[in-house]
Amino acid sequence: MKRLTDVLFDALLPLLAASLALLVGAVFLMVMRVNPLTAYAALVEGAFGTPNAVAETLVKATPLLLVGLGICIAFQANVINIGGEGQMIVGAILGTLVGLTFTDWPGWVVIPLAMLTGFVGGALWGGIPGVLKAYFNVNEILSTVMMNAIAVQIMNYLLRGPMIDPVQKAMASEIPQTAALEMAFRLPRWVPTRLHLGTLLAVVLAVVVHVFLWHTVWGYRIRAVGKNPDASRYAGIPVKRYTVLALLLSGAFAGLAGVVQVYGVNYRMITDGSASGFTGNAGFNGIVAALFGGLHPLGTVPASVLFGALLVGANKMQRAVQVPSALVIALNGLVVVFVVSSEYWRRRRQRRRMALQREAEAPRPVQETAAASSASGGQD
Amino acid sequence: MNSVPSAPLATASTRPRIQHVEMRGIVKRFPGVLANDHVDFDVQAGEIHALLGENGAGKTTLMKILYGMYQPDEGEIRINGRPVRIASPRDAIALGIGMVHQHFMLVETLTVAENVALGLPSSRGLLTDLDVVARRLRELGERYGLVVDPHAYIWQLSVGQQQRVEILKALYRGADVLILDEPTAVLTPQEVEELFAVMRQMAREGHGLVFISHKLHEVLAISDRITVLRDGRKIGTRPARETTKEELARWMVGREVRFHLEKEPARPGPVLLELEDVHAESDRGTPALQGVSLQVRAGEILGLAGVSGNGQRELAQVVAGLRPVTRGRVRLLDQDVTEASPAARMDLGLAYIPEERMKDGLIQEFTVAENLILRDHHKPPFSRKGFLHWPTVYAHSRRLIQAFRIKTPSVKTPARYLSGGNLQKIVLARELAREPKVILAAQPTRGLDIGATEYVRERLLEQRTRGAAVLLISEDLDEILVLSDRIAVIYEGRIMAVMPREEATVERLGLLMAGVEEKEKG
Repeated sequence: MKRLTDVLFDALLPLLAASLALLVGAVFLMVMRVNPLTAYAALVEGAFGTPNAVAETLVKATPLLLVGLGICIAFQANVINIGGEGQMIVGAILGTLVGLTFTDWPGWVVIPLAMLTGFVGGALWGGIPGVLKAYFNVNEILSTVMMNAIAVQIMNYLLRGPMIDPVQKAMASEIPQTAALEMAFRLPRWVPTRLHLGTLLAVVLAVVVHVFLWHTVWGYRIRAVGKNPDASRYAGIPVKRYTVLALLLSGAFAGLAGVVQVYGVNYRMITDGSASGFTGNAGFNGIVAALFGGLHPLGTVPASVLFGALLVGANKMQRAVQVPSALVIALNGLVVVFVVSSEYWRRRRQRRRMALQREAEAPRPVQETAAASSASGGQD
Repeated sequence: MNSVPSAPLATASTRPRIQHVEMRGIVKRFPGVLANDHVDFDVQAGEIHALLGENGAGKTTLMKILYGMYQPDEGEIRINGRPVRIASPRDAIALGIGMVHQHFMLVETLTVAENVALGLPSSRGLLTDLDVVARRLRELGERYGLVVDPHAYIWQLSVGQQQRVEILKALYRGADVLILDEPTAVLTPQEVEELFAVMRQMAREGHGLVFISHKLHEVLAISDRITVLRDGRKIGTRPARETTKEELARWMVGREVRFHLEKEPARPGPVLLELEDVHAESDRGTPALQGVSLQVRAGEILGLAGVSGNGQRELAQVVAGLRPVTRGRVRLLDQDVTEASPAARMDLGLAYIPEERMKDGLIQEFTVAENLILRDHHKPPFSRKGFLHWPTVYAHSRRLIQAFRIKTPSVKTPARYLSGGNLQKIVLARELAREPKVILAAQPTRGLDIGATEYVRERLLEQRTRGAAVLLISEDLDEILVLSDRIAVIYEGRIMAVMPREEATVERLGLLMAGVEEKEKG
């Protein structure tokens, strides 16, 4: 069906857009009297230069991918989940509690149990806005953002109070963090790097989400509800339930991202009092990664790696050429703007392609369309 | 800037008032449709001229030409005897012609005054002159009996009040001639009375009004002259005092039946669908169905005739399970399904061809194959244990594409790339392939060309012969007469009469559709 050139066009377009963004970024760098080539070389070097750099990139990409998978599900149901941060936090809290409670249980029981608990916790945090949206028509963008604020305050209370590390309490230094997890509960690593099993899990889940959305009844219904709720209702699909399910699953993947961050990277829950102190903004950057990946679970895999690379490489660039970190954030922003705008061109090209195809293969219906549209639109 | 305080006075003072608007020999073609066929029409200052006709008769098209929204293919427009060219609504407004559309063109989140001022130059240059606008609106409101608070937000207003704002907007812009496109369709009876009072006042003030409608009693109640259109042609013009409901009804619907289909005599079986004293409300909460009782038997087509907006849409939704009833029962195959979900009714063997197939019947972004399993995607063989089995789905889709002659590049083509006729075939294929026991077909051929129309009708007849009970809701009287074994007429949410096809004539149906009760009952 699709010609090779079209496939290439679709695949290369985001990369082209990203390159254009870096070109604009180069202007910024030159204004700051920095050689953009040196800067970008440092960026690439920092992200992919050594095995350890690649590992760090993947470590950064993992929570983005997990959150992004949830975002893909939500977008298919035409709901927007801005609550990834809060869902990560709630998932992490519950997952950490499991690890800190059942200290003498074996790791192969505790780790899956913690992940499941975090999954459910995130689902709860995403499901509440889902119910509010489906049954009370509350805008999910607002409610998910508000749920973030609630989650942060719960986290701060717990990490400074009931869940605080006994060591911190004893030293009276009061850093908001929990005790460390048992050695047996830590996800296996590819030593000497920090690359952990969670990354592999996320990639496997990307395939699972793909299968879920396009090969199961639930996935079909989520997509149907997102595309046309009227027709879905008419076809007998309980629309509200699937709106809730989409936000619930979306939150669940973010919750899982929180658990993976604890069990794979930090081995304890730690914050600086803000959401990003724990999440590193993965709850928001995951949305961007999903958009970059075309809101497709498999596309989100490379997109997350690219954003992971930008985050890791930017650190190196910052050190190498002495630019403020704000510039790095601006650079990320540029990439997002360019990539999201490029979607417009892809759509336009696709439309033209389909129109050509239809004329070539089915010339007669075109006339019918004209008659039908004028008959319904042109008369009273 | 001149010294005149507001725009409407400026325009009104710089050109003479419209005494007479004349449209001569107007022809408008759309691909495949002749919407206006050499139509003459005129309206004078101080008169209410009704434009009467069925849906699709060309009334709105003709008036959209006068308002500059369409360009006529032939014919001319004269104002006060001078030929004019009206290239856009802006031209029309400048000439003194205003139009109130069926669907209001108001910004909900702005106030009345802001809506009126929208798009007009301010008397203060870059600063707004909303206080001036509001004052002028109050003056106009008092003069015509159109009282609306200029500072109220549109979303706070009832539909009737919003319509007043539209009329005020046109008056503010200096309209001498005002076109009202089915203004009563959205109003309650009390609001209709109020509107008529306003219209009479406007006529007294020297405005010319064009009143588009398909309701006979309203037209006779308010108009000075009545012009009837049918199939794009003008049938005649009569002063309201010199005509009767009967004559107008005959003019509206009296025509040859255009389609003939081979039809075996019906062999009606048991009642499969039954409505008993059904009441339901419209979206706005007004009564839409007021005690509808109908029975449809296996092996027959019951045609439900009526002018649009008399409860057909609500009736279809009640049968499909998409709208709750406030009173009464719905029975499907001897089971009470009044409270049953759409899915449960589907499983009992109900098929539904919805009126708005683009909105309710299909998911435009889904592929042809995905649309063909919309109803049954959760059942074997299309899915097992929650997983879809695409090879089976595609094989099934290819079969249906062939059987129903759907023209599509492939099963994986998104539906939105297909033509209207082919989209309807997708709906038809999906619904009929399930071998339904009861078929609810709402406007099944609306917007289709002749070929597709005939195809759809043949399929419906086939289903009847197979033994399905078919409830056909249509505003197309030809369709009702060609297909039905029995005919029911709905008017304002009530069934006026049910008759065998043989006893139905266009005149009789036309009168019933216009709300004229039959004298002898039974």
